[in-house]
Amino acid sequence: MSATVTTGTEGLAHVAETAVPEQHRGGDRPHPARHALGLLLRIVLCLVFGLPLVFMVVSSFKPDLQIFDDLGSFKAFMPTGDISTANYTGVFGRVPFAQFMMNSVVITVVTVVLGIVVNSMAAFALSRIGFRGAGAVLGIILATLIVPFETLALPLLWWSNQLPFLGPDGISQGWLDTYQVQIIPFIANAFSIFLFYQYFDSIPKELDEAAKVDGAGWFRIYRSIVMPLSGPAIATVAILTFLPMWNQYLWPLMAVQTEELRPVMVGIDYFKQLNTSWGQIMAYATMITAPVLVLFVAFQRSFINSIASSGVKG
Amino acid sequence: MKLTPTTKRVAVGLLAAALPLSMAACTKGGSSSSGGAGGELTMWTHNAGNKAELAAITAIVNDYNKSQSKYKVKIQAFPQDSYNQSVVAAAASKKLPCILDIDGPNVPNWAWAGYLAPLDGLDATLSKYLPTVLGKWDNKTYSYGYYDVALVMVTRKTILDKYGIRVPTTDSPWTKDEFNAALKKIKASGDFQNPLDIATSFTGEWWPYAYSPMLQSFGGDLINRDGYKTAEGSLNGPKAVEWATWFRSLVTDGLVPLKSGADPAKDFINGKSAMLYNGTWTAVDTRKAFGKDTLFLPPPDLGTGPKIGGGSWQWGISQNCSDQAGALDYMKFAAQDKYVASVARDTNNIPATDAAAAQVKGYEKGGENEVFLDYAKKFAVLRPVTPGYPFIATEFTKTAQDILNGADPKQALDQAVKNIDANQKSNGYFQ
Repeated sequence: MSATVTTGTEGLAHVAETAVPEQHRGGDRPHPARHALGLLLRIVLCLVFGLPLVFMVVSSFKPDLQIFDDLGSFKAFMPTGDISTANYTGVFGRVPFAQFMMNSVVITVVTVVLGIVVNSMAAFALSRIGFRGAGAVLGIILATLIVPFETLALPLLWWSNQLPFLGPDGISQGWLDTYQVQIIPFIANAFSIFLFYQYFDSIPKELDEAAKVDGAGWFRIYRSIVMPLSGPAIATVAILTFLPMWNQYLWPLMAVQTEELRPVMVGIDYFKQLNTSWGQIMAYATMITAPVLVLFVAFQRSFINSIASSGVKG
Repeated sequence: MKLTPTTKRVAVGLLAAALPLSMAACTKGGSSSSGGAGGELTMWTHNAGNKAELAAITAIVNDYNKSQSKYKVKIQAFPQDSYNQSVVAAAASKKLPCILDIDGPNVPNWAWAGYLAPLDGLDATLSKYLPTVLGKWDNKTYSYGYYDVALVMVTRKTILDKYGIRVPTTDSPWTKDEFNAALKKIKASGDFQNPLDIATSFTGEWWPYAYSPMLQSFGGDLINRDGYKTAEGSLNGPKAVEWATWFRSLVTDGLVPLKSGADPAKDFINGKSAMLYNGTWTAVDTRKAFGKDTLFLPPPDLGTGPKIGGGSWQWGISQNCSDQAGALDYMKFAAQDKYVASVARDTNNIPATDAAAAQVKGYEKGGENEVFLDYAKKFAVLRPVTPGYPFIATEFTKTAQDILNGADPKQALDQAVKNIDANQKSNGYFQ
């Protein structure tokens, strides 16, 4: 359905373009100087944001001394000199990269998926069920947005150490140094609830009424009507959960002691001993940035929409 | 808006992936307790990113585990940059391991905070160690290290010869005037971007470690060490102000960059700097680059003789270890000279005992590294032995940075003294 509309719109645009005389269309075109300025500005922005990435990738193939030798000239962005994959080999010799990567994937995917489920359910209850005090509950949830994580970290650490956990091996005491301590505290998210709430509020309530007439319960309405209509909200929440989870640093530092459970971001510290291995840092950074870049390219439109709809940058 | 079939498939796929992943996530891991129970002694080290040192420590642990059957030491390595945060977080949740390494100047604070237990029964063994590698507080020894490092002025003989600068020695270091004149001569040549690089880009403990010895060489100090009650007169007295003024002048005279590059040692090797103020850990790379032309000179005598920071990483046992006897047994075993030698050798650092130094190539009599041992013995000054040191270090770092950036030396130092004194007082002087 949406594909047809898009084609139709594109078709109309094409018709409009060919139907308007050249001299009239010229009036809508920006002045050449303005156009050039706009283009220049875009090129500058591309360079500002793109060159650090180019530097990172290019430096990952250079020896440490050459990286510093090339600084201050354009050679810093060019694959010149003694190019090799030695830094990548060095990374694999120095950190259990596959393990770190796997940990980050597990932690991020589980948190994103469970975050979508839990937060959308919470938002659904607040937006659609309309129980008494829903507004106050939403207000309290939103109020937590102003509390920075750094202030919560220590109390959270203390609680994490006190809580019991029912796992396959029975009940254990304390969550520290586990996967769950890196996942569960980040599933419920006030901002995600708010985003879902906003989106659910825009879906006509008449759909609920119609479903109820057909005998659907609240869960059925949530699962079969509201969620399927909330693709953009799901994408936004997924993206906004994915990025901070992938970049987690402080919390794993505090809550995880075993190397086998560490995520990728903590791994970068391995290269910063007394004699820092800059080439290896660049190689490592390239490898841990690659999945984010691939996802960004694949879901570029959703990323832009998520920023536009949430007002969150960076 | 409806979900497209592709989006649906992705969503279902993600959910399907998340379920087994979350199951796996919750089954994997499990708490790694503080150790001590069942004969297992957990050991934490900051060496995850330093394969050479980690291998040396692992070899000791393997020897120990083979030497007896009662205890088994298990190593958990952390990256250095985040090690202290991990330890403090673990202490807050009472999850410290039995054996752990500690940066020397933090020992009094960790001992006072109840993280560390004293090393009883090791006095005879540790009496042979360099005093700077022992972590002491309140008349008890809490830690020992296998090595120390020394601060040196790294340069090349050809550079000094070219500008007619005298090569200083341990017994005859540069005076302040000689040092300033040498730097100005190099600057006047215009041959180098930096006559001297003192690594101002380094963060954390580097600032008090590297620059408080300069203050001490002038005659000041971070705190009055007689009772550690006040920094008044030590950190803001005339000698300290003199140091601060001189320190700032290094930048204003263009002798030292306000902000060094990310890796000053590499800038030195690449010829950007004529001289480098750094630790002995740069010796391998600089020798590799310049061979016998490399010089490792004593820091200048700025008034009361050359001074360098003393104390590096050390080993101790935690107070909440459930098997203190086991942890102490390991510490005794690991304190043998042959292990001091092996760790120092593998890390290119100064061996903590003379017997070990004799076994490490370069540190023997007349060896190329003997001078480092000399500096450590003759010039090293311990950072203040008070639990308030972490606060003092932070305050000094901030003040020194402010001074380099143009703050009034006297005012900045007065403020630092006020803050340090307030902290010492509010903690009851850590009695």
